[in-house]
Amino acid sequence: MSDWYRDFANSGVGTTITKQLGLPRPAVLRRHEPGQPLLPGPAVVGSAGEGRLRDELTRLLRDAGVTVVSPATVDGGTDGDRLAAVLLDATGLTGPADLAAAHDFLAPAVKRLAPSGRVLVLADPPADAASPAQAAARQALDGLVRSLAKELRGGATANLVQVPLGAEASLAGPVRFFLSGRAAYVDGQVLTVTAADVPAGEDRERPLTGKVAVVTGAARGIGAAIAKVLSRDGAHVVAVDVPAAGEQLAQVANEIGGTAVALDITGADAGTRLAQQLIARHGGVDVVVHNAGITRDKLLVNMDAARWNSVMAVNLQAQLDITQALLDTEGALKPGARVISVSSQSGIAGNRGQTNYAASKAGIIGMVRAWAPEFARRGATINAVAPGFIVTEMTAKMPLGTREVGSRLNSLQQGGLPVDVAETIAFLAQPGSAGVNGQVVRVCGQSVLGA
Amino acid sequence: MAAPTRKAAIVGGNRIPFARSNGAYARASNQDMLTATLDGLVARFGLQGQQVGEVVAGAVLKHARDFNLTRESVLGSRLSAATPAYDVQQACGTGLEAAVLVANKIALGQIESGIAGGTDTTSDAPVAVNEDLRRVLMELNRAKTVQQRLKALAGLRPGQLAPEIPRNAEPRTGLAMGDHAAITAREWEIGREEQDELTVRSHQALAAAYDRGFFDDLVTPFLGLSRDANLRPDTSVEKLAKLKPVFGQGEGATMTAGNSTPLTDGASAVLLASDEWAAERDLPVLAHLVDAQTAAVDYVHGGEGLLMAPAYAVPVLLERNGLTLQDFDFYEVHEAFASTVLATLKAWESPAFCKEKLGLDAPLGSIDRSKLNVNGSSLAAGHPFAATGGRIVATLAKLLHEAGPGKRGLISICAAGGQGVVAILES
Repeated sequence: MSDWYRDFANSGVGTTITKQLGLPRPAVLRRHEPGQPLLPGPAVVGSAGEGRLRDELTRLLRDAGVTVVSPATVDGGTDGDRLAAVLLDATGLTGPADLAAAHDFLAPAVKRLAPSGRVLVLADPPADAASPAQAAARQALDGLVRSLAKELRGGATANLVQVPLGAEASLAGPVRFFLSGRAAYVDGQVLTVTAADVPAGEDRERPLTGKVAVVTGAARGIGAAIAKVLSRDGAHVVAVDVPAAGEQLAQVANEIGGTAVALDITGADAGTRLAQQLIARHGGVDVVVHNAGITRDKLLVNMDAARWNSVMAVNLQAQLDITQALLDTEGALKPGARVISVSSQSGIAGNRGQTNYAASKAGIIGMVRAWAPEFARRGATINAVAPGFIVTEMTAKMPLGTREVGSRLNSLQQGGLPVDVAETIAFLAQPGSAGVNGQVVRVCGQSVLGA
Repeated sequence: MAAPTRKAAIVGGNRIPFARSNGAYARASNQDMLTATLDGLVARFGLQGQQVGEVVAGAVLKHARDFNLTRESVLGSRLSAATPAYDVQQACGTGLEAAVLVANKIALGQIESGIAGGTDTTSDAPVAVNEDLRRVLMELNRAKTVQQRLKALAGLRPGQLAPEIPRNAEPRTGLAMGDHAAITAREWEIGREEQDELTVRSHQALAAAYDRGFFDDLVTPFLGLSRDANLRPDTSVEKLAKLKPVFGQGEGATMTAGNSTPLTDGASAVLLASDEWAAERDLPVLAHLVDAQTAAVDYVHGGEGLLMAPAYAVPVLLERNGLTLQDFDFYEVHEAFASTVLATLKAWESPAFCKEKLGLDAPLGSIDRSKLNVNGSSLAAGHPFAATGGRIVATLAKLLHEAGPGKRGLISICAAGGQGVVAILES
């Protein structure tokens, strides 16, 4: 499953050839490894207008051991290291005229951005704006960030976090995530945080210590990667898959010191059975990852009822039923629980031959948004992650041409890895993500599909 | 004064699906299968890196190199390498005997937890050199001079190249187990149709149990197999009636490949513990092993059937526990052959047998057949000799747990050499 083209493009002769022919030059992305610093180099924090977050962002970076350089030394300067991250506090925007300051700050800084660098813009949500001019300026950032993400090369990304007034305490976790190697394949995204009680004193290296996480579809592929990352972050993982996948499931569970549970999630009593087992064996669950999914592709006109129904049952109805059973069973969901559903790029952009799959994955987004207020009332969250082209055993079976084209149709010019999806899920599972609720985070390298 | 004892809890079990001989597990060794089974148990109960008190298991068909089979399997598994282990072997009673041994040590407080299991392959069976050749080679080994060596080598003959292949036959009678069972079936006048009916029920019950997810937390797939390969959910009395008898002779022969268990490969394991050990780890207690009994019969000269020993063991067990044969909610009578189950039940119903052989004033009586092998047994699942006991213990424990507290089950397993192992479980 190695990316032969990326490896070629980064080799000596490959660099020359791809440069001369103007071919895509996918970078080797900076991915998270335990013990790694938040950023491999210095960061710069700038602002457009009189923002309220600049000092807090600077403090957050310094706490993480990052050297924060002044925008003045960046502009026109040639000395010093290349920048690992460029952060723009745009909470002070009052109208489009203030955007010039954003440009003035970003242009020289981005020029000095290191490979796998990060551009992160923070702003208020347009809907909260005091005037149409302010809303326009805030919304303008959306276009700015998405375009900049497409211009960046060398594995660098640009993302936008919207912070309403009063939700500042929810910011630290998402900022750290977007700057870190965990967000290697998250690009061109807009995430909105909300005010929430964010617990203090989280173990940054193992933020899920003492937590119990259940992952469906954990026997292989993305599910196995999710189980491993959650375990690496400290969680005890209850790995669930269909009985027929039990051999691989046991291997995954044994590798990470977890527990294997063979369960058909579409069974009528699956939710109750799971809830009871989680209560009896683990005293409830902190993190639920609905990952299990199937594809039964056919053009709509040729699709039989069995294909339609099985995809809906596994991908959507089971998530609804199991979540409901966990909500209804006293003691099943621990306080501050996190539910994360795996949606798909197909659910956002649609995909030929996948009316059933795309419907189920779009349905997940509807489910997550509708449930978010109830979860917020419980001090819990529910979010979706939508993977784009992720290199798995399944994509390895695609024809070479389809696979190569599919994997390059994004700003990072390469397919993502299962671990990229897993890292985003692990971020949403953290106690520090209490202010991220009802969101859909795409892990797609800013795919051109459905963008 | 004896130390106070406690009853060992059955926490759960795991087995790999059973495969027909030379099928899915043709290239898997006993150690491969036992290790995979232990690993499935470890995954189910989160025992990675943990030390359990003891692992006790065995195999009936065993290579010489497998002298420390269970310990080697533990070392290859995800259990702590500091987990002690030993092998046992009591023919088809091995698995249940292993569970009894573990339960007894728990009852005495010598260990807090243990795993009992068994594994058997008829596909990767030991093939030994010809006995004559072996003598020549040993003589050669002992020889010190060239002259002695030449003399030893002179004993070599071409015929000695034929290997010794293990046979499913009794060493003292030369008869296959099935031929012994056929003698018993004839003596007890067990009809072909009732054997076939019992067989069909076994297949249907096992298939139904799989369909309702009963085995989801008892079985872990292995080498691509996720259900027992011998299982034929669509079999029928009509289909079975077409099979020719393979054991017994002449007109009265009733035993076919359908109503006898086939040669099978597989492994099973059961996790037992004290109630405290299970509670500390938030693990379930499905049932307790209450008591057990073994018996043996003289099938060589004593005129008793080879597989009739459980008929003798059960009344002893009932007497000691103040129970009657009817005081059970479930019966697990190992289906070595359909006729064996039926002959055993008939013996308990027979006033003559119970009086003359068992020395009882009244027969033990009949049982409610709807409580017998309710999730199928060896005729459907197959019978990897040493693995059957673990399969039955885990299955019955879960059945009792589902039925609620205070339910009781009886296990009866016949074994080669005229032996039998029986036990009582209670939820």
